Amino acid sequence: MLYREAGDFKTTYRADQQTFPIKSERILFWAFIAFAFLIVPFFINDYWNKAVLMPLLIYSMAALGLNILVGYCGQVSLGTGGFMAVGAFACYKLMTAFPGMDMFSVVILSGFVTAAVGIIFGLPSLRIKGFYLAVATLAAQFFLVWVFNKFAWFYNYSASGQITAPERSIFGIAVTGPSTAPWATYLFALTILFVFGWIARNLTRGRLGRSWMAIRDMDIAAEIIGVSPLKAKLSAFAISSFYIGIAGAMFFANYLGAAEVGEAFGIDKSFLVLFMVIIGGLGSILGSFLGAAFLVLLPVLLKNLMVGYLGWATDLAAHIQIMLVGGLIVFFLIAEPHGLAQLWRITKEKLRIWPFPY
Amino acid sequence: MNMHTKPSQEFVMTRPDDGIKVGDPLLVVDHISLSFGGVKAISDISFDVRKGEIRAIIGPNGAGKTSMLNVINGFYHPQEGTITFRGEKRTKMKPHVAAHQGIARTFQNIALFKGMSVLDNIMTGRITLQKRNLLWQALWRGPAEAEELEHRRSVEHIIDFLEIEAIRKTPVGRLPYGLQKRVELGRALAAEPALLLLDEPMAGMNLEEKEDMSRFILDVNQQFGTTIALIEHDMGVVMDLSDRVVVLDYGRKIGDGTPDEVRNNQDVIDAYLGVSHDE
Amino acid sequence: MSPDFLNFVEIVLNGLMAGVMYSLVALGFVLIFKASGIFNFAQGVMALFAALTLVGLQTGQVPFAHLINAILGSNVHHWGDGMNTFLAIFLTMGVMILLAWLVEKIVLKHLVNQEPIILFMATIGLAYFLEGLGDLMWGADIKTLDVGLPVGGSFWWEDLTREWAATGTEYYGMYIDVLDVSATLIALVLVIVLSLFSQYTATGRALRAVADDHQAAMSVGISLRTIWVIVWSIAGFVALVAGIMWGTKSGVQFSLSLIALKALPVLILGGFTSIPGAIIGGLIIGVGEKLAEAYIGPFFGGAIENWFAYMLALAFLLFRPQGLFGEKIIERI
Repeated sequence: MLYREAGDFKTTYRADQQTFPIKSERILFWAFIAFAFLIVPFFINDYWNKAVLMPLLIYSMAALGLNILVGYCGQVSLGTGGFMAVGAFACYKLMTAFPGMDMFSVVILSGFVTAAVGIIFGLPSLRIKGFYLAVATLAAQFFLVWVFNKFAWFYNYSASGQITAPERSIFGIAVTGPSTAPWATYLFALTILFVFGWIARNLTRGRLGRSWMAIRDMDIAAEIIGVSPLKAKLSAFAISSFYIGIAGAMFFANYLGAAEVGEAFGIDKSFLVLFMVIIGGLGSILGSFLGAAFLVLLPVLLKNLMVGYLGWATDLAAHIQIMLVGGLIVFFLIAEPHGLAQLWRITKEKLRIWPFPY
Repeated sequence: MNMHTKPSQEFVMTRPDDGIKVGDPLLVVDHISLSFGGVKAISDISFDVRKGEIRAIIGPNGAGKTSMLNVINGFYHPQEGTITFRGEKRTKMKPHVAAHQGIARTFQNIALFKGMSVLDNIMTGRITLQKRNLLWQALWRGPAEAEELEHRRSVEHIIDFLEIEAIRKTPVGRLPYGLQKRVELGRALAAEPALLLLDEPMAGMNLEEKEDMSRFILDVNQQFGTTIALIEHDMGVVMDLSDRVVVLDYGRKIGDGTPDEVRNNQDVIDAYLGVSHDE
Repeated sequence: MSPDFLNFVEIVLNGLMAGVMYSLVALGFVLIFKASGIFNFAQGVMALFAALTLVGLQTGQVPFAHLINAILGSNVHHWGDGMNTFLAIFLTMGVMILLAWLVEKIVLKHLVNQEPIILFMATIGLAYFLEGLGDLMWGADIKTLDVGLPVGGSFWWEDLTREWAATGTEYYGMYIDVLDVSATLIALVLVIVLSLFSQYTATGRALRAVADDHQAAMSVGISLRTIWVIVWSIAGFVALVAGIMWGTKSGVQFSLSLIALKALPVLILGGFTSIPGAIIGGLIIGVGEKLAEAYIGPFFGGAIENWFAYMLALAFLLFRPQGLFGEKIIERI
């Protein structure tokens, strides 16, 4: 019996509202987590870490954050790149100003800094909605990138305008800088993602999550039944930015090692993360992971196929890849506006009643 | 799948007592005028709603009934006049503050949260009663979960009361119209309101659905003692359900009293039979 | 007149003309939004795509040459010396109409009745697709576009304005690009033609009917889908004009698609549904941006043009959420 709920009765409300209501799903989930934490670190190598795993973990974090804002609270943001930049530069300034600080604290504090900036740029959402708000967040994107470019204090007056991560550690193990082991950065990012993924799930299933979704689905009715738009929207902006800031910090410190703001955190990043959220599923925690996985793995696969296997030029492969991603966005919106997460739900539903579909 | 014990029939209202006796005014609308640009929607209307009663607001289309409800729960801000609710006088107020004071409502065109399940919709109705802060919610285990379960229990009472157990996990968008109206009532009830505003609760329903809804409204009023103000076009329903009726026409009040009094009021008869206004 | 004042005039004039260029893109947005309620993010990429196609046809490039060579191992690149500019423009217009038809057929048809935000995101996807397609067809290198429009500074204007300066002051005359002047004239003609079209033709009336109310328009026998193809074709035409102007000015390259983003604050100022709004919004943004760069920019180390337009629009929105020409919104429930 692979995926059955027969005999799996819920006798308490608590059991009824748990994350994985079906036992085999619960087992599958924990097996997957155990695999990620206990098995993968032993087999990880530099290519897999840099090309697949780290981007996957970091973009999952960013997608989680953006999904809270766009998918749960319904406030479209095109400023993700800018907020990631805030996280990255906050991280850099903290690393260089307090060399003794451990990396967990640095990353979390970077998240808080980004949350504060997110609240400021979220203020217009109290007056404006929809497309108008999307344009307002574009202002954040361009303004933030400009700030980090223009004011040398942010990059410690380095000649190149780049920020470079010095070596910092946690429990004596280096997780940033040139001499880190793949398994160390991997476990660092995985732990953060696991903890904050769990928190995101908790926040979205309770009162706060419901007030976000109420604002998303019908803001006027939400306000009339007692949701304060100010609190709901600004908390969504703050928490979303917190996640995105952490993603930006890790993207810079643990993944890239060195970054130039316009290149690493341009408008492309905003769209990339937005696409992850759309493809994965708006308003779904699982969808954030699936969307990130999809858009991290697709280019790797395409590149391996076209450049590695067919021997095509890389720019040609890049053009096809852009085209495909754009086409897939349209395809997903037409075929399944709720994304991969919904496809997964439907599959589960089919599996549950298999082999008697009626 | 019976996943809860049989609920007790009485639904406990946790909202603290405001000291207003049944029959005394709970809500006083005093000389309210509201206009949009140059258009007067409501001019100089006064009436009250007494605790424990069912008060109907009727009138032809465009009479200003929905605008009146919008004023009462703070969505529109009148240019003149005051509202006194549970002894507190106010002129301007945000809707969510009114909700916190105990005013809940349903809407003329269903305003459910389409992306959420029935259960979540009704749980959202309890938003004013949930208190755990962000950190507890992030942790979930412990106080936040306990609070969630406590409110789930209350919500399940409402689900039982409205006889919608079978659809509690269904996304509301998939439900037929009549059930959506019922869920909306459930969401308003979940707030344990001191005053419940119903904007055309029976619009677009067939006879059977109307009978169900009438029964629910009466039960809410009698079992929970909830004060209700409702807008309705079906005169039969209004006359049967309500204790007192206020009649609006072109933004003015033209009648106020028991159903019988209103029925015999010449102005009201004229308004409904469409006597020309410029004679 | 003092040189300072003349400098100011020069900045304003250049700003106005830069604004016209923004308006050209914004116009395409407005057309589509009016007729279908779709916020077409791909408008800028459509301009880029049109310009790329035009250059490709003009110079006789083989489309998809890169891909063909990669698959077949061949070495094709050009099929001749290219073609007459007018023929190329004509053919490009054909391509844009084909594109409009395909967009309706493949995308819009399946997304009717979806929420506006879903449609918006679909057009972002479309933008990416077109960007990739354009690069794939014609290559990603920067191309120069020459359709015979005059370019460069106007000496006549420079000489004329030099004499305006007070005697004894040092002033070298105003710089004005003649391309900007022709762009302004073309934009003017375009707006007049579009207005006449929508006022006095049956199709124009149908367009306005659809803009007002989809259901009602359909019930009097207007085919929504035909209208959409027409609107997207017109938007394609506007994109072509914008592509020609921008392409001639700064070369046909990817950054062209970013001007679409600049059109967004223009739309916010002018409103999503007003053609005059798009023009006036463009002018305000153009002038505001140039003035800010000249007078405020130096205090911040310059380059504030990148974000100033957005901030201006944002500040504006906070005071007038309905836009410059929009009516005050009364929320109902």
